[in-house]
Amino acid sequence: MTDWLPVLVMFVVAVGFALASLGASYLLSPKKATPEKLAPYECGIFPEVEPSQRFPVKFYMVAMLYIVFDIEIIFLFAWATRFNDLGWYGILAISIFTFFVLETLYYVWKKGVLDWNIPRRERYLKQDLTKEAA
Amino acid sequence: MEIFEIVTYFVLLLLVSTAVRVVTTSNVIHAAISLVFTLALTSVLFLLLSTEFVALVLVLVYIGAVIVLFLFGIMITRAPLGKNAELDNDKNKKLGAAIAGSIFFLFSYILVNGFDGEVIITSGSSTELLGEILLSRFVFPFELVSFVLLAALIGGITLARKDEALIDEDQV
Amino acid sequence: MSIELIISLVKANIVLAVLLTNTILLIWFERKVVAGMQSRVGPDRAGPFGILQTLADAIKLLLKEQILPSKADRAMYLLAPLIALVPSFLIFMIIPLGPDITVEWQNALYTIPLVGADLNVGVLYFLALSSIAVYSVVLAGWSSGSKYPLLGGVRASAQMISYEAAMGLALVPVILYSGSLSLVDIVNSQSGNLSSSIPILNTIVSFIPKWNIFPQFVAFGIFFIAAVAEVNRAPFDLVEAEQELVGGFHTEYSGFRFAMFFLAEYINMFNMCAITATFFLGGWLGPTFEGILPPIFSVIMPIIWLGVKTFLLLFVFVWIRATLPRLRYDQLMELGWKRMIPLSLVWLILSAIVLGLREFGLPWS
Repeated sequence: MTDWLPVLVMFVVAVGFALASLGASYLLSPKKATPEKLAPYECGIFPEVEPSQRFPVKFYMVAMLYIVFDIEIIFLFAWATRFNDLGWYGILAISIFTFFVLETLYYVWKKGVLDWNIPRRERYLKQDLTKEAA
Repeated sequence: MEIFEIVTYFVLLLLVSTAVRVVTTSNVIHAAISLVFTLALTSVLFLLLSTEFVALVLVLVYIGAVIVLFLFGIMITRAPLGKNAELDNDKNKKLGAAIAGSIFFLFSYILVNGFDGEVIITSGSSTELLGEILLSRFVFPFELVSFVLLAALIGGITLARKDEALIDEDQV
Repeated sequence: MSIELIISLVKANIVLAVLLTNTILLIWFERKVVAGMQSRVGPDRAGPFGILQTLADAIKLLLKEQILPSKADRAMYLLAPLIALVPSFLIFMIIPLGPDITVEWQNALYTIPLVGADLNVGVLYFLALSSIAVYSVVLAGWSSGSKYPLLGGVRASAQMISYEAAMGLALVPVILYSGSLSLVDIVNSQSGNLSSSIPILNTIVSFIPKWNIFPQFVAFGIFFIAAVAEVNRAPFDLVEAEQELVGGFHTEYSGFRFAMFFLAEYINMFNMCAITATFFLGGWLGPTFEGILPPIFSVIMPIIWLGVKTFLLLFVFVWIRATLPRLRYDQLMELGWKRMIPLSLVWLILSAIVLGLREFGLPWS
C-alpha cells in the first residue's frame, strides 16, 4: 500500500494547486458580468435556438465497441505478464480470443458502424430525390 | 491498524453518500457523474484491500468506458434534463426501492455465504496471479467472454439501427 | 510524520514545480519551432529570446475575469477544468527518471528511487488516468450550455476512446518483453544491447541498444499516432477546430479556468512523450560516462537522457502540427478503427508468435 502514498499526496497537492490558483485568480480578477457577456457564444449575437441534445447513434456504437476492446486489453495485459510461464498454450488461448474480437470488429465493420461518411451522403442524396419526386 | 480502519470507514461513508446522490438527483448527467465518483471510491476501496489490478480495471472499464457509454446514451436520446413526471412518481419509486432492496439482500446473502468467512491471502502481484488463473482454470469461460461481447454488440447494433434514419434527420 | 510521507510530499512538490516550469518552456519551444517552420520570428520580447512570454501569458490569464455563462450547469462547469488538470499531474508520478540513488544522511544510508511511485500496475494506471481525461472534455462541452462546446465535446470523447483502444493494444507487445506492468521494470528490461544467434549479425546488432522501438517499430508507430490523437493535437485537433467550432469544448471558458485546460493539454503532451520514451526508447537509459565526468553526473545523466528523448518526441509533435492539415472526422474514425486497431491486434499476435519461437522453441517440440 505504501506504493500508493506518493500518488495520494500528489493528488492532494495537485487539487490544492488548482484550487489555490483559481482562488488567487478569483481575488485578482475583475468581476463585471453583463448579460451579453454571460450569454452563450454565438459570434456576438444572442443565440436563438438551444443546442441540440441529440447526437447520431454512431457515437453510442463507438462507445460500445470501445468497451469490448477495453476488456480485450485488460485480458491481454493479464496474459502478457505471465507470457513466459504460459508458453505456447497461452499464445494459443489468446490467439483464439483475439480472433473472436477481430471477428466482432469485422462484423461491426461490415454492418457499416465504422463508416462515418459514405452512408450518410448516400441517404442524403436519396432523401433529396424522394422530395423531388413528391 | 487504526488508521487503516478510519480511512476505510471514511471512504465507505463517502461511497454511500455519492451512491445516494446517484438515485436522488433529478438531473441525469449529475447522476452519471455521481456514479463516476461512486466507482472511483469503490476502486479506492479495492486499493485498500491491495487488489490493485481490480481497482484499476474498475477505473478503466467502468469509468473509462461504461459511463462514457451512458453519457452518449443520454445525449443521443434527448434525455429531459430536470424533473420528469413520467419517471419520478410514487409508483416508480416504490418499484425502484423494491428492486434495489432485493438486489441488496441477494448480494449480501451471496457475499456472506459464498465465502464462509474464508480469507484468501495471496503472495505476489495480483495481475500475474489473475493472468495465470484466467488462462488455466478459467480458460473456457475466458474464451466464452469473447462470444458474449460479440452477442452484446450484435444486440446493440440491431436495436440502434432500427431507428437510425429517424435520428439522422435532426442530426447536428 | 513518517519518513515516507515526507519523501512523498517532497516528490509531489518537485513534480509540481518541474511540470509547471516545463510547461512554460514547452509552450515557448512550440511557438518558436512553429514560427521557425513558418518563417516567422515568434515571441521575442519578454525575456531573452522571448522565453518569458508564456509566464506573461499565464499572469495575464490569472488577472482575467472568470466568466460563468448564464446557461451553464454550475457544478459540472466548475468541475471540468479540475478533472482535466489533476490526472495530468498524477500520470507523471509513474515515469522513472533514473536508477535508484543512495544518499547518506545522519550516518544512515537511504535508497531513494528516482520515480514518483513505482506501481506494479503502472501501465494500467496510465491508461486508466488517460481515460479519465475524456470526462473533462465531455463535461466541459455539455455543461457550457452552448452548441460549439457540445459538438466539440462529443467529437473529442469519441475520438479519445477510439485511440485509447489502439494505444492499449500497442502497449501489450512491450509488456511481453518486460513481463511486468511496472514502468521501472519496463525500463530495466530495455538495458543492454541487442543480440543475435547468428554470429555475423550479432557483431552488427550488438552496438544497437535493446530498446523496444527496434523490434517493435510497428507498435511504436501505432502508439505514437494514438498518443497524438489522445492529447488532441494537430492533425487530430478536431476538438478545437477553430474554423468550425470556435474553440471546441473550452469555448465558454475564460480566465484561469481556460488556463487550466491549456496547462493540462501541455502537461499531457509532455507526459505522453515521456511515456513513449519510457516504453519504446529506453527511458532514462543511456551512457553516463562514469569515470570521465564527476560522480554527480551518474545521477544527472539519466534525467538528461530522458529529457533529450522526450524533447525529441515533443519536437516531432510540433513538427507534425506545423506540417499536416487537420483530418476530417470520418477519416479520423476510420483511421482509428479500420487501420490502427486491426493492425495492432495482428501485430500483437505476430510478435507473440515470434517471441514464442525464440523463447520456447517450436510448439510441437
